Amino acid sequence: MKNIYAWLNERLGFDDIYKMLLDRPEPHGNWWNTLGSASLFLFIMQGVTGIFLTVYYAPTPDHAYDSIQYIMNGVAFGWLIRGMHHWGASLMVFVVFIHMLRTFFSASYKYPRELTWMVGSVLFLLTLGMGFTGYLLPFNQRAYWATVVATNIGGVVPWAGPFILRALRGGTDVSALTLSRFFSAHIWMLPAALAGLIGLHLYLIMRHGESAYPDTDD
Amino acid sequence: MASSHRINRRDFVKVVTATLSGIMGVAMGIPIIGYLIDPALKVQSSEAWIPLGPLENYPVSSSPTSFSFTRSNINGWEKTVNSYGGFIIRQSEDDLQALSHRCTHLSCSVNWVEERQEFVCPCHNAQFGLEGDVHAGPPPTELDRFETKVEEGTLFVKFPAYNREVEGLI
Repeated sequence: MKNIYAWLNERLGFDDIYKMLLDRPEPHGNWWNTLGSASLFLFIMQGVTGIFLTVYYAPTPDHAYDSIQYIMNGVAFGWLIRGMHHWGASLMVFVVFIHMLRTFFSASYKYPRELTWMVGSVLFLLTLGMGFTGYLLPFNQRAYWATVVATNIGGVVPWAGPFILRALRGGTDVSALTLSRFFSAHIWMLPAALAGLIGLHLYLIMRHGESAYPDTDD
Repeated sequence: MASSHRINRRDFVKVVTATLSGIMGVAMGIPIIGYLIDPALKVQSSEAWIPLGPLENYPVSSSPTSFSFTRSNINGWEKTVNSYGGFIIRQSEDDLQALSHRCTHLSCSVNWVEERQEFVCPCHNAQFGLEGDVHAGPPPTELDRFETKVEEGTLFVKFPAYNREVEGLI
């Protein structure tokens, strides 16, 4: 066991990775500094439960609602997987937002961490995008009308509004095309963008270290 | 950690993290496995006795009387309805047979042709006798048949049909 670890470690460098990722010097912090990790944890949890939901979910108007009824009532632990995804979604928006507020109030966005802040702002918008696209997927009355209203908001943008509306809906109405493009955005495009930018965000944090809280000298 | 009785903060955090991760892993792993294999654990029993109405509707005759019924099948959130049918043959008062109309060649529905006293399949001209035996054409076996019973004057067939030759009964 020790030999196998030594062999792998020599080639993969576990110890170096550990030092780089987790054994970095940190300024004295508090629980508010854990919100980034909490956001990452929630992202991973949403990813895992989401992957398992696609096993039974069908993104078509004929079957979306029925397939979710089946997940909730027909499949063992389906209620648990969907419940975690449902509540985890709200929690993720909340935690990411509080994480952003903390960064703002502790002035952690200042030099040299401006780029971390900018990437984080995009991550926040992508998180909202995940909530927006995921909300339609159950395809019940609430989901349908929420999407009608929310896409209408895009439609009042001056000049480009009608085009934005059609691009969001995939046509003039909320339809099967809307459902499948929201599904695609929800499980492929937005998560891919999120994962990539989270990687960049983490790299920047490792590069610059965490910021210390400002004190009376600042 | 092993060399001293007092556990230092660093090791304590490691142990707590590993333990909590382990508990969370098991608490999530077991439901996920159950979730994935759930449909494999549910065995649908398709066997059923199908009522075909009063026995008088199927008179003793040298020609068969046809019947049909539908069965619905629920797979998850999808419901499919399939039609089945066949012929009741009563050559005498105590002889009652129920044949499926599904040709054993490629599953087309066979028809009774009165003047030839044969079941003829419209697809490849397979021909079966009144007992379902193959007279001519490509079918590998005789027609499938249903078990039958009569309860309080009502005729029942047992779904699904079976094949005597496939099951080695003749």
